[in-house]
Amino acid sequence: MSGPSFDEPEVTIELTVNGATVTRRVSTRRHLSDFLRDDLGLTGTHIGCEHGVCGACTVRYDGEIARSCLILAAQTDGSTVETVEGLSDSGEIEALQQAFLARNALQCGFCTPGMLVTAADLLRSVPKPSRDEVRDAISANYCRCTGYHAIVDAIMAASEKLAVKS
Amino acid sequence: MKPALFTYHRPGTLPDALALMAEHRGGARVLAGGQSLMPLMAMRMTRPEQLVDINRIDELKGIRDTGDTLTIGALTRYSEILRAPLIADSLPLLSEAIRHVAHHAIRNRGTIGGSLALADPSAETPATCLALCARIVARSSAGEREISVDAFFEGLMSTALAEDEILVAVRIPKRPAKVPHAFLEFARRKGDYAQAGIILAPSHGGVAENRAVVFGIGSTARRSAALEGAMTNGLSAEAKAALQQEVTAIIDDDEGAAYKLPIVMTLAERAMGRLKP
Ligand SMILES: Cc1cc2nc3c(=O)[nH]c(=O)nc-3n(C[C@H](O)[C@H](O)[C@H](O)COP(=O)(O)OP(=O)(O)OC[C@H]3O[C@@H](n4cnc5c(N)ncnc54)[C@H](O)[C@@H]3O)c2cc1C
Ligand code: FES
Ligand code: FES
Repeated sequence: MSGPSFDEPEVTIELTVNGATVTRRVSTRRHLSDFLRDDLGLTGTHIGCEHGVCGACTVRYDGEIARSCLILAAQTDGSTVETVEGLSDSGEIEALQQAFLARNALQCGFCTPGMLVTAADLLRSVPKPSRDEVRDAISANYCRCTGYHAIVDAIMAASEKLAVKS
Repeated sequence: MKPALFTYHRPGTLPDALALMAEHRGGARVLAGGQSLMPLMAMRMTRPEQLVDINRIDELKGIRDTGDTLTIGALTRYSEILRAPLIADSLPLLSEAIRHVAHHAIRNRGTIGGSLALADPSAETPATCLALCARIVARSSAGEREISVDAFFEGLMSTALAEDEILVAVRIPKRPAKVPHAFLEFARRKGDYAQAGIILAPSHGGVAENRAVVFGIGSTARRSAALEGAMTNGLSAEAKAALQQEVTAIIDDDEGAAYKLPIVMTLAERAMGRLKP
């Protein structure tokens, strides 16, 4: 029987994920979110919309936050990816995690990994943000539960705690 | 939402990328920041057979001082443009516009070349390049050419780029920070595409004419003769009537002409107010 071919084109990639080198063969159309979740079992990176608008899939890519659903796994050869698991294990987002818990800044928790990665990025560049700056920073991360107020509170609280420490 | 099957290429040099574009003429698409192409592919609104990833091509990156102009490589990301002192000094209108584009995580990946090649009528960067009298540098394996921005945007998401061409850079006349300008847009939420916007770039040493652009309505950003006249003579009742006529002629009823026209008129008045010393 002849017909269209559905062979998945594949490439081999080698990259650093949360400090460890990983080498895998991936189909060219696999995006980084699916690669992290299904190939590496890092399910902290969530997939909401798969077209860049919800922010649930936010990771640190070569040091800067980006949507992992808009990056092909094939593109990441030679690059560095940090996920919420990595930032959690290193202790970088501990103050944020504590503050999210203390302020009830999550209900279902679906948006939380993306919020944490985005908030950590803000606090790295602006250690003492205003509420407006916090709102601006998380304006591309959708939360369908909290109404955002508690999330802004938590990020403000974490920034104050970090400021006292340093 | 997964893209259709494709073959992935990651050329390391521009000649290699151009050779791929020539070989697969029509079947190949350039992947830059992916902030528009990836969603379009995920939604199967486009399904290229060959994807040419230009992200590792160093000669497409960076901002150079080229005398009376700045030359911005196609792969320069929004975030880099916002950080660049050269842009702050010599093209502050461009950074003001890009602050309205999307959000931090998107600006870290999206590129100026990708935005120009996409030619979305509501996008800030194409409209601003039109106001700034830019020239688009395009290359194919046959050679390089420069296209005036006035001839670049041909219609809804369509440009003068040929199928085998790669946009390599954009050349923009410097515009000293002390020369006034106005950039105003209305978006429903911060970071959203504009419902409508107006850019006024009065003439200066580098560009001999007033340039006014209306975007977010119709199939592409357009210059407005009514506003360009008003920049010299004031926004008189006649100028307003002329602007209203221009907008009504290009606005599509599907876009909600009754909703957008008052936005444009209000933005026009505010923008003119910004030019006053
Ligand atoms: C949530 C979200 C919100 C957004 N909001 C806005 C907004 O408010 N305003 C706005 O302007 N944009 C917005 N964008 C789009 C963003 O600006 C894109 O980055 C931009 O439109 C395309 O740039 P890119 O580098 O990502 O190009 P890609 O997505 O990689 O490519 C876009 C198109 O251009 C072609 N192309 C790219 N580079 C070249 C080149 N050098 N030569 C020839 N062809 C090329 C591609 O083949 C493709 O057809 C948003 C995107 C998202 C996901
Ligand atoms: S899943 Fe990537 S932004 Fe929504
Ligand atoms: S906590 Fe449910 S989406 Fe934010």
